[in-house]
Amino acid sequence: MLLIHCPYCEEMREEEEFSPAGQAHIERPLQPEDISDEQWAHYLFFRKNPRGLHHEMWLHAAGCRKYFNATRNTATYEIMETYKMGQAPRVTANEEGQS
Amino acid sequence: MQQYSGFGLLKHSLSYHENWQRVWSNPTPKKHYDVVIIGGGGHGLATAYYLAKEHGITNIAVIEKGYLGGGNTARNTTIVRSNYLWDEASHLYEHSLKLWEGLAQELNYNLMFSQRGVLNLGHTLQDMRDIERRVNANRLNGIDGEVLTTAQVQEMVPILDCSTNARYPVMGASWQARAGTARHDAVAWGFARAADALGVDLLQQTEVTGIRRKDGAVEGVETNRGFISAGKVACVAAGNSSVIAKMVGMELPLESHPLQAMVSEPLKPILDTVVMSNHVHGYVSQSDKGDLVIGAGIDGYTGYGQRGSFNVVEHTIAAIIEMFPIFSRVRLNRAWGGIVDTCPDACPIISKTHIKGLYFNCGWGTGGFKATPGAGHVFAHTIAKDEPHPLAKPFSIDRFSSGELIDEHGAAGVAH
Repeated sequence: MLLIHCPYCEEMREEEEFSPAGQAHIERPLQPEDISDEQWAHYLFFRKNPRGLHHEMWLHAAGCRKYFNATRNTATYEIMETYKMGQAPRVTANEEGQS
Repeated sequence: MQQYSGFGLLKHSLSYHENWQRVWSNPTPKKHYDVVIIGGGGHGLATAYYLAKEHGITNIAVIEKGYLGGGNTARNTTIVRSNYLWDEASHLYEHSLKLWEGLAQELNYNLMFSQRGVLNLGHTLQDMRDIERRVNANRLNGIDGEVLTTAQVQEMVPILDCSTNARYPVMGASWQARAGTARHDAVAWGFARAADALGVDLLQQTEVTGIRRKDGAVEGVETNRGFISAGKVACVAAGNSSVIAKMVGMELPLESHPLQAMVSEPLKPILDTVVMSNHVHGYVSQSDKGDLVIGAGIDGYTGYGQRGSFNVVEHTIAAIIEMFPIFSRVRLNRAWGGIVDTCPDACPIISKTHIKGLYFNCGWGTGGFKATPGAGHVFAHTIAKDEPHPLAKPFSIDRFSSGELIDEHGAAGVAH
């Protein structure tokens, strides 16, 4: 069971209060009609799915009901940080493109 | 290859079983292979076997970073069935089930394939409508299936709580009699032994660290035992598919999740079929050894840790006890997790890629075990002919941009 710090409630709470919502920082294309089917598919379905550091969204479903971001190691499950929507992560992988 | 038989067993007993041939060899890597398969689980080994047997390609290496069949092949709940909803998926799984039916003879290896049937319970009116629709679809596709009433289910599984007092009363079930279970390790070992006999090199403790390319075509793989040149590279790495794809700068429409399962202490025979329930979220069968094999749903977060969270185990056990109050005092022996690569449409990817000579078989998510022979068979065809097998064609990676998704969440979501 993970212990997760909600950046809005500012409390450590148990995993069961939260639900994971997938990769964070995915930007919806501003002009969907101008991009190819491949690019649209990439936005909809293709994911980084890294083994290692991962920025992902969580929903504090049984708490404040707000989405926030977390940086978590997907191999060790260690949560490095949680941060509010719109903020940039402080912990990032060195390699360009690996997040 | 040494043939196994009852007579052989008797003969070897006279020499205290000390003279059995090694089941497969442990070769040193060659400099070049026609096909390199990344991943020595059931699917990878089956692919190698069918490439050698049906397509005459025997200069093959199966590269496995751990040991053969040590990943999801060793971690699943061993259920085999083909009662999927959509034509594309049900044809693929039925192809696999038909291969299962003759596989033990073909491989000369006891796979303990037991067609004990699978029940998918319905607990709501909508469940029952979905079940009727799925069974009718199955029948139209030539797959056996029946809709059972509560009384029929109760007769089949007397220990199932079919009373109206249950929190989610059983309203009926779908029944596929040809479905069942198989011994998971034996499938990997049987394919490994048969592939080895056909000249396939099984390279264990060999980890792929990179894929070398030139002019948009693969040249070979970098491993911890040096560079291995290859005409074609086939990735069958399940939960680690995205890691391999990243080596060539590709992203896949996959997310890797932990999927947990558990077994109880061994009991006397009490459950002679497989019972699944999507609604209360659990499934159970009893192995030949006597332990109850119980499967959970995936953990919601992505993870490569081969373990999940305890609350998922708790939810699963609650579901099993809801269905089978008689199991409430059974003790669990072990629980574990595997990494499953889930696709947005709960269907696999069996596909060529934009890189010449690179193929992917991945995205089986929670239900890859049942497809082991079928997936290996159609993937081998795809690799050998460099064009998709007719059954594999709908499972191309292009479907995500063309929009031709095959939504099997209903039949594959929880139960598998």
